[in-house]
Amino acid sequence: MDINVCNGECNVMSVIIAVIIFLILAPLVGGLISGADRIITARMQSRVGPPVLQPFYDVLKLFGKQNLVVNKYHGDYVLCFLIFTILSGCIFFGGGNLLLAIFALIVANVFIVLAAYCSNSPYALIGADRELLQMLSAEPMLLLTAVALFQVTGSFNVSEIIKTNRMPFIYLPGVFIALTYILTIKLRKSPFDLSTSHHGHQELVKGLTTEFAGPSLAYFEIAHWYETVFMLGLVYLFFANVPILGVLVVIGVYFIEILIDNVNARFKWELMLKSAWLATLILGVGNLFLLYILSF
Amino acid sequence: MGFFKKSPWVLHYDGSSCNGCDIEVLAALMPKYDIERFGIINTGNPKHADVFLITGSVNSQNIDVIKNLYEQMGEPKVVVAVGACACTGHFFAECYNTLGGIDKVIPVDVYAPGCAARPEVIIDAVVKGLAVLEEKKKNKQK
Repeated sequence: MDINVCNGECNVMSVIIAVIIFLILAPLVGGLISGADRIITARMQSRVGPPVLQPFYDVLKLFGKQNLVVNKYHGDYVLCFLIFTILSGCIFFGGGNLLLAIFALIVANVFIVLAAYCSNSPYALIGADRELLQMLSAEPMLLLTAVALFQVTGSFNVSEIIKTNRMPFIYLPGVFIALTYILTIKLRKSPFDLSTSHHGHQELVKGLTTEFAGPSLAYFEIAHWYETVFMLGLVYLFFANVPILGVLVVIGVYFIEILIDNVNARFKWELMLKSAWLATLILGVGNLFLLYILSF
Repeated sequence: MGFFKKSPWVLHYDGSSCNGCDIEVLAALMPKYDIERFGIINTGNPKHADVFLITGSVNSQNIDVIKNLYEQMGEPKVVVAVGACACTGHFFAECYNTLGGIDKVIPVDVYAPGCAARPEVIIDAVVKGLAVLEEKKKNKQK
């Protein structure tokens, strides 16, 4: 089977340039978003907060720490998580197939679950179980987003979706809202920070990441930056024909995520699964169904 | 190099403290002192931590816990004994079940005296600990 990365229309060079720009810029943007997130969170709690470059200091420090791995597979799985997360971003920002990018992200998530399972720590095991539940809650909506964008633009290729002259949001408001709902799960924010609790001194310690130390944790952080940029890119696609509006909406959506993060306690997994599937079913599928009826 | 100074992650353990020092440690995290300004985070996880902050003295029940936590931390690491009990055992030093200060079990790098230790002293102690952390990192590379 031939997977046509760019549908043969744009040349290979522009894809390579886009991928290189993504590889360099995504961690910078992701890190800055994370830094701004921490400052805004601190301000919401009437604190001053760390400098905006703090996430970079943290990661650079972690590379200087001793790498405590539990067994020889542990570190490799984390590395695979990073590689596949980057790959999914490359497919997306290289203008490739949206479904392929989402599947690569799912594979990456599977690797981080394997990394947690192989450590055999009780906290990491709970984190891994919950990560699987988070995937179960979020992935249907991610796939539905790709299908919905196909319905409106007639293509799964990101390079063609952004060339559309119709604004997908006007046709898919329900899908957009459902996507922002599960975005909280993918960004590992409260009330859905079930697998990697944001603050370590709780019942879960650090969940999934409890056993990662030093460079392994740094890889996890960097992968999370790439993941954040990829997810925000997905939000941007809904406003792809008006770039300025797209960027403003991305900023707005992320601010709302921070707000939700700060005003919510952690949900139980049943509530997460039920509410995420309800949002997918009613807002996502319902929107597509309406679109189908109205198109006649 | 030099990033340990900018992002020290703290592991806070209450040995057998009366909670006076613990409340002061928590006060340092709260809006008034807000030590996250300096990148200091209270992690609950020894594997992520750089600074081991202990309050209270060592007794026969927590000695294994303290040793275990210390061994789980990755190099380089620093131990800060917060409060008079953690430094010397204070007025519990003569008790039948108390072994004394933290330095009876693991090497302590910085002592923060006081009963209870004030938040300013705790912040100062952690900052002093960071210099030790950088030094340890340098020695390790040699």
